[in-house]
This record gives sequence, C-alpha cells and structure tokens, in this order.
Amino acid sequence: MASSDTFAEQAMEFAPQLYSAALRMTRNQADAEDLVQETYLRGFRGFHSFQEGTNLRAWLFRILTNAFINKYRAKQRRPIETDLADVADLYLYRRIGSLESAATGLSAEDQFFDLFTDDEVKQALEDLPENFRLPVILADVEGFSYKEIAEMLDIPIGTVMSRLHRGRKAMQRALYEFAEARGLVQHTPDPVADG
Amino acid sequence: MADDDCGETIRELEAFLDDELSEETRSQIHEHLDGCVDCLQAFDFEAELKAVIRRKCSNDEMPPGLVAKIERCFDTDFDGDGIIG
Repeated sequence: MASSDTFAEQAMEFAPQLYSAALRMTRNQADAEDLVQETYLRGFRGFHSFQEGTNLRAWLFRILTNAFINKYRAKQRRPIETDLADVADLYLYRRIGSLESAATGLSAEDQFFDLFTDDEVKQALEDLPENFRLPVILADVEGFSYKEIAEMLDIPIGTVMSRLHRGRKAMQRALYEFAEARGLVQHTPDPVADG
Repeated sequence: MADDDCGETIRELEAFLDDELSEETRSQIHEHLDGCVDCLQAFDFEAELKAVIRRKCSNDEMPPGLVAKIERCFDTDFDGDGIIG
C-alpha cells in the first residue's frame, strides 16, 4: 500500500501543472485554487488505491478532471455540451499562406505565433465549450494520450479524437480573429468549411 | 506526389503529432513528407502551433500560499480516528 508520506513527497511536484490546467478548466483563480486543493485532498485520502509503479501524474489529473466535472461544472454559465461551428481543416495555416504574400512583413511562422500574447492563446482555449476544452487541455497542454484522456473523461477514444479535431480548429479560428481584431491580418472572407 | 497521398497524409496529421500512429503508418508519413514540401509545411506549422499552445497555456504562477494550503491537508486527521488522512 502506498503511504501518505510518499504521497506528500511525490505529488507536490505536479502542483504547478495541476494549477494551470485547473485555471484553464475553471477560468478563474479562486475556483482553480479550490480545485487543486480538492484534488490533493482526494488524492491524499485515496492514495491507498494508487498502484505504485503506475503513472502518478495521470492519476492526479484524473482526480482533477473528475473533481472539476462533478463539482464545478454546475457553476459554469455556458452550456456544457455545445457543438461548434464547422471550421475548415488547416484553418490558420491556409490563412497564413495568403498572409505571407500580403506584405505584412511576416515571413516565418515563428514570428506569426509570437504575435499572439499568452493571454490570447489562453483565451482561445478557455472560450471552447467544456466538452471540447477538456480534451484539448489534456492533449495539447498536458500531453496525455488519447487512451488516457478517454479514461479520464469516460468517453470513447473516437470521441476524444473528434473533439480534439473540432476543438483545435475552433481555437485556430479564434486566434485568427484575435489577429484580425488587432489589425495584424487583413480580413478575408471565410472559405466554405470542408469538414 | 499524388493528391490522394496528400489527402491521406493530412488526415493523419493530428494523430501523427499526437504520437498515436503505428510505426508503419508513421514511417509512411515520413516517407511522404520527405518528398512533399506542401505537406511538410503544413505539418511544421501545426507542430509549432501545438508547441506554442502548450508553452503559453502552462506558465501560470501559482498564487502565494497555495502550496501551504495543500500541505496543510497532509497533516490533518479528517475523520478524527487519530490517524492522519
């Protein structure tokens, strides 16, 4: 059986990651703090069920995700299960292809991404409806596998993949809109979505 | 390079970047990218975007005092049975 001292020793290193993920999930500092505390409390009390040698980080994120779903989503103002508008594949890439020829002085992709502030990228992620936001947080920010995400969210792997696909495209569109709003790119009409 | 090869490659783009493909499919994609600048550019772009999202969404500073609040629960006897936890 895994001991309590071991938990305190091993689990604290994940606190910054758990806090960042909690902020993206709850979208405010007070709830994120509560959620991280709740995660450690549940983890501490349930550590006897943790199988030593398995992935402690994934185990903690599973607790975090469950605690969020059970405790905080009732407070969310926006609906939980929302669909997203169709956005073309490679949305941002296709747009930036035309941007490069539009005399904006940008040539490298790195420079384009540097135009986005941290807050804009966070906002684009946090604005996703919850059913798309959670898979994107867990995959793109935390680097979990489809299988791990499917287990954390209790949904099939195919659903994880389709929500990631659509959530990522919606994020790309949001980022493009930020760039457009700041006059970094010129407005071009939306192409017809192709999937 | 045939267009349907490109279409097939782009369809696998996310699973490729997510490291979710079999070794066989992975090497087929590498092979295609070696000879197709268009697809390679799209893959590079998406890989860079993914890295940017990760970097910019995981750099929040923890509020002062949060670690102390967490550690307090490691010293608490919640159910009053005389045992911590």
